[in-house]
Amino acid sequence: MITTVERVAPSTRRGVELLLLLVAIAIVLLAWVSVDLTRTGAVPAQIVPVGGGLLFLAVVVHVVLRWRAAYADPLLLPLTTCLNGLGLVMIHRLDLARNKLGADGDAYRQLIWTALAVALAVAVLVVLRDHRILRRFTYVSMAAGFALLLLPLVPLLGQTVNGSQIWIRVGPLSFQPGELAKIALAIFFAGYLVQTRDVLSLAGRRILFFTFPRGRDLGPILVAWLLAVLILVFEKDLGSALLFFGLFVAMLYVATERVSWIAIGLVLFGLAVAFALSTFSHFQTRVDLWLDPFSPTSLRRSDQLANGLWGMAAGGLTGTGLGQGRPWLTSFAESDFIFASLGEELGLFGTVAILVLYLLFVERGVRTAIGVRDGFGKLLAIGLTFSVAFQVFIVIGGVTRVIPLTGLTTPFMSLGGSALLANWIIMTLLLRISDQARRPMAETPAAAPQSAAPGAAEATQVVRLP
Amino acid sequence: MSELTLTLLRLGLLVLLWLFIFSIAGVLRSDIYGTRVSRRSQRGSGRAPTSSPARPAAGAATVTPQPQGRSRRAAKRVPTSLLVTEGPLAGTSLPLRASGIVIGRNPECALVVDDDYASGRHCRLYAADGQWFVEDLGSTNGTFLGRDRLTQPRPVQTGSTLRIGRTVLELRS
Repeated sequence: MITTVERVAPSTRRGVELLLLLVAIAIVLLAWVSVDLTRTGAVPAQIVPVGGGLLFLAVVVHVVLRWRAAYADPLLLPLTTCLNGLGLVMIHRLDLARNKLGADGDAYRQLIWTALAVALAVAVLVVLRDHRILRRFTYVSMAAGFALLLLPLVPLLGQTVNGSQIWIRVGPLSFQPGELAKIALAIFFAGYLVQTRDVLSLAGRRILFFTFPRGRDLGPILVAWLLAVLILVFEKDLGSALLFFGLFVAMLYVATERVSWIAIGLVLFGLAVAFALSTFSHFQTRVDLWLDPFSPTSLRRSDQLANGLWGMAAGGLTGTGLGQGRPWLTSFAESDFIFASLGEELGLFGTVAILVLYLLFVERGVRTAIGVRDGFGKLLAIGLTFSVAFQVFIVIGGVTRVIPLTGLTTPFMSLGGSALLANWIIMTLLLRISDQARRPMAETPAAAPQSAAPGAAEATQVVRLP
Repeated sequence: MSELTLTLLRLGLLVLLWLFIFSIAGVLRSDIYGTRVSRRSQRGSGRAPTSSPARPAAGAATVTPQPQGRSRRAAKRVPTSLLVTEGPLAGTSLPLRASGIVIGRNPECALVVDDDYASGRHCRLYAADGQWFVEDLGSTNGTFLGRDRLTQPRPVQTGSTLRIGRTVLELRS
């Protein structure tokens, strides 16, 4: 048996991307038309300008991809467009129910944030030519991440909304800096782990079945990890604390291939939960609501979870149809509970479709991480992907009563500008890394060897930064 | 709006959503990149003279006018591919690229050998002055060219054998 290993140069598949983008926008417009036909009996008047605007935004990103990242993954952009658009339609539908029309509506604000996010994505694609540049900013991004996490605690700037001190307000704009801190800390972790992962996984003492790394290798990362989680707990943002915790465990596991990290992570998680249960009353309340949302005491406290569950039950298999349910009865139906709102009006078929869209997004991220050739890119891609995946799990798990509800935004869908910006940046970074992963290496076939410079001899690491 | 239109819209949206998903799945199926391992059913466990049937004529024409099959003469020729003859990867071949090849256990290497006695970045093959050279990259157990352990880069020709741990490699043209 003779086997030959050769590289496969993929086609860029930008045409497929354009086609899928058009389908995604068609889905969004169809959803919008059916909302307005049901609620007002007429096709929305602004369908041409707004629909055209959406198409324009999507095509701009597509053209920039053709220009700056021709080999980038063809599926990420259509998936993101579809999810973002469905979120917009649901927010608009809730606006209609509350009679917040035109410029007062949440959908209007969200549309502006979407445009900003797309502009930012284009800027990242144009400015950042190679994701490996980010590795130079490993420690800078750690500092930036902590600065962003601490911003809401600054007096005058910070703002407490719904019991969590995670907002800052500058003039008319309010922003959640923790969302961007997620990206900065993912960059720090990727950069730090790629240079220490060998030491972390090899050097150390072996106790029972696990190899424990040495303190000086583990120290910085453990400190960063604990600090981030503690800040978030202090700000009473349990969802983000859980997200950071999971992100760090996952990246350590991927970097070192040691199962012991998962064990250590679970033990620490168990300790943290036991501590939180005995100390924080609001955490205790959430667990009670999760265990028994329909009991009279729970309903007196908060009927949010119960309403969401009844809403999804009312949807059944195919849903009540967009505009025909009553999702506004649930509080935060347009942010934390947007999945329940969509579940009521699109039914099981619709919600499973949305979950599959997220699954496909995550699959593309993991495929990118496997395909890219440099260790930093691998870790960054897996970290960013995992942050989206874990966020989906935390929020949708909370809404569907798999885990206690902790406030987090559904990526791309929920109302909220900062989360939308952060998730679009994550998507753009994945596009940038996937461009590197899929781009065929510049190589001449065997032939007679030319005299090559020593630096160019490493086939696997042709690092040429602009 | 009539009830029928609304029902059709409601179901049509779900159908379109799932069609979108299935078309994405279709793209996934055909979206292949990275490396491809193609198998050719050829007997002889790599010992038979199977030197790259894909391009024998081109290699012979560009490098030297010598006819094939005469091993003394062929040994002078510039190698174009690397064949694993013994060890866990026996039977694998890969083309020599002008940019060079790094061999080792590290997944970033061009040839990743699954051999307990090989180092992460074990050795490399590179081209200089119209010849191919092999250089040990500070491996623990050494790289052997024929029977000699490498201490400095040495030129290799078609037919040279390299040993890395329990893996034996042969240069072919």
